[in-house]
Amino acid sequence: MASIAKSRLCNTCLRQVVSRSSWLAKSSSMITRHSYATTSHNDQPFRMAVVGSGPAGFYTAYRVMSRIQQAKVDMFEALPVPFGLVRFGVAPDHPEVKNCQDKFEEVASSPNFTFIGNVAIGNQGDHFRGCTIPLASMMRHYDAVVFAYGASKDKKLGIPNESELRGIYSAREFVGWYNGLPEYADLAPDLTQGEDAVIIGQGNVALDVARMMLQNVDVLRKSDITESAIETLSKSRIKRVHIVGRRGPMQAAFTIKEVRELMKLHGVFFHSIDMALLPDELSKLPRARRRLMEILVKGSTSRLEHSDKSWSLDFCLSPAEFRGTPEGRVQNTIFERTSLSSPFDPTSSVQNLSEKLQIPSSVVFRSIGYKSVALPGFTEAGILFDDKKGVIQNDGFGRVLQTTQDRVASKSELTTLPGAYCAGWVKRGPTGVIASTMEDAFSTGDAIAADWAAKVQFLNSGENHGWEGLRTEVDEDACRVIRWENWKNIDKAERERGLLAGKEREKYTKIGEMLAAGR
Amino acid sequence: MSTTKILTRGLHSLRSTSTLATWNRSFSIISTSRNIPIASRPKIITPPRNCAASSSPTFRSFSTSRIQQHGHITPPKPGEELYVTFIDKDDKEHKIAVSAGDNLLDIAQANDLEMEGACGGSCACSTCHVIVLDEDCYDKMPEPEDDENDMLDLAFGLTETSRLGCQVVMTKELDGLRVKLPSMTRNLQASDFSQK
Repeated sequence: MASIAKSRLCNTCLRQVVSRSSWLAKSSSMITRHSYATTSHNDQPFRMAVVGSGPAGFYTAYRVMSRIQQAKVDMFEALPVPFGLVRFGVAPDHPEVKNCQDKFEEVASSPNFTFIGNVAIGNQGDHFRGCTIPLASMMRHYDAVVFAYGASKDKKLGIPNESELRGIYSAREFVGWYNGLPEYADLAPDLTQGEDAVIIGQGNVALDVARMMLQNVDVLRKSDITESAIETLSKSRIKRVHIVGRRGPMQAAFTIKEVRELMKLHGVFFHSIDMALLPDELSKLPRARRRLMEILVKGSTSRLEHSDKSWSLDFCLSPAEFRGTPEGRVQNTIFERTSLSSPFDPTSSVQNLSEKLQIPSSVVFRSIGYKSVALPGFTEAGILFDDKKGVIQNDGFGRVLQTTQDRVASKSELTTLPGAYCAGWVKRGPTGVIASTMEDAFSTGDAIAADWAAKVQFLNSGENHGWEGLRTEVDEDACRVIRWENWKNIDKAERERGLLAGKEREKYTKIGEMLAAGR
Repeated sequence: MSTTKILTRGLHSLRSTSTLATWNRSFSIISTSRNIPIASRPKIITPPRNCAASSSPTFRSFSTSRIQQHGHITPPKPGEELYVTFIDKDDKEHKIAVSAGDNLLDIAQANDLEMEGACGGSCACSTCHVIVLDEDCYDKMPEPEDDENDMLDLAFGLTETSRLGCQVVMTKELDGLRVKLPSMTRNLQASDFSQK
């Protein structure tokens, strides 16, 4: 037994072991194994709240629980279901990316971990029907709080008719919709108005959106994509997808895996790119950029005459205006051509030219990035939020910054706010794959453990009881708090629904359904 | 597996081939479907040509194996251990006896080394990035597939001899392999910050 408890189980084994009743005991010893920080200050265990249950929150919790003996972590999630963008962002046809959930399950199965779902902190979000706990109330019960709530808004283009015309969606809405995010369950995007789709932005989200429209629906049918998305996509008339960016291929944000997938789609042709935007000798480029450019040059495996759908990467175009039908539907997007100051430099600046170009647009997706917003209560708590960058100001390791007055020098300076930390997109901005969020969350976790070991000041010096203390201030029944075992019920019910439909899972897309299944 | 069985199997491999058949019969109970048929076992025990700079020990005492029971790694048979050394980010060396057929991610995880494998070894992330320290050894590995290279392109601290641990399967040719685990957390953010 001892040897099993000591060994780290791989994810596949974990799935088998998780079901065993003795698992809790094992996982607790497993998670605390690497401890180096002292157990407690004044013999109290370290109590940490995590706001958000996506990869940043879970990986930070995991790191802290590995590094601080008997650390107790409470994770708050506004929705009844965990995993954030792993559930609602990762494309349904990338199930392997979701395997990181196995690690999160492992963390959650520790007796030192408490999931508090359907409870929002500070902010009563757009998609929220649980209870909202003011930030200040929550912070009173913990040694530390980690903000890992990600980026819940999206950036706007700020061009004429963007908000007025129908048929213009944000990629966030569309991705949320096909992944069953309750906020967008009723989006019902219209893909039947014509054959041309325009996606503005050239990141991986843009490529995901394109793939959903270009991919054979039968491939998606087996994934955990929602049934309503399948229905809409199978009625889609879209044949041509333009993925438009202001800069060139050398500056593009997409990564090679996503491009390769599109290039390999059966019966989908890729219109070749403007070769003038590429250096003559690709072989001299750094490895990653070289391989990406080579694949763009090589193009799709399907030839035009054998393809019924196609896509293109349209570079050096800056959106200027949408034009619509008299009925108020988007019809065309007007772009201004741009010029790169240094086309082969990945950091090249770009300038709009006066020449304009029109691309027919039966539907438009705006995919120019997500944005984090401050939680209500940040100002009162002294937490600095950079509205321009959409991040919590931090020291680079995830320690939240505050402004303090230096009375001697009579000036203000930035110092770290004791006990406040951040991780993931709200810390460094909304970019990067799960691996980068993991690295980032680990650095925050290491900072927390180092601070605890160094016995620096945390949020509250007295005895903290975490959720056990906080819940006395909350009407838990009225709140319909979802604990981990409730989530497991939802999970089971979704899998059973999926089984009937011949797929991995059929997600609930309404909060009410989730709550009912979680009972 | 009991100590007696390990010992007998160790002895087994020390015996000359002529007696193997007898041993096999009398200890048939220890044979599992995974066991290599007697006939295909190496007849003469010499250090195989491998990745080790110096001759790697073909025989080690049977009790030193740190491999624990685990779904994905096969405990090495005495006399057939292959060795792989992981150098962690604190430059600490971990030399591990393994079986042919196991991959570096499973080996690292079974031995408590800090290697994540966020995608569960399905070649869809770069968290099990390792750096092969010997170029000759790197060349002995089957070339990485496109999928692996695509993920490596995103790995932090990519080198000429980088691989994904989940895709490197131990073989006799790789005996003595040494790999470095790159530091997981980058300090770039801190330096970025100080520049502001």
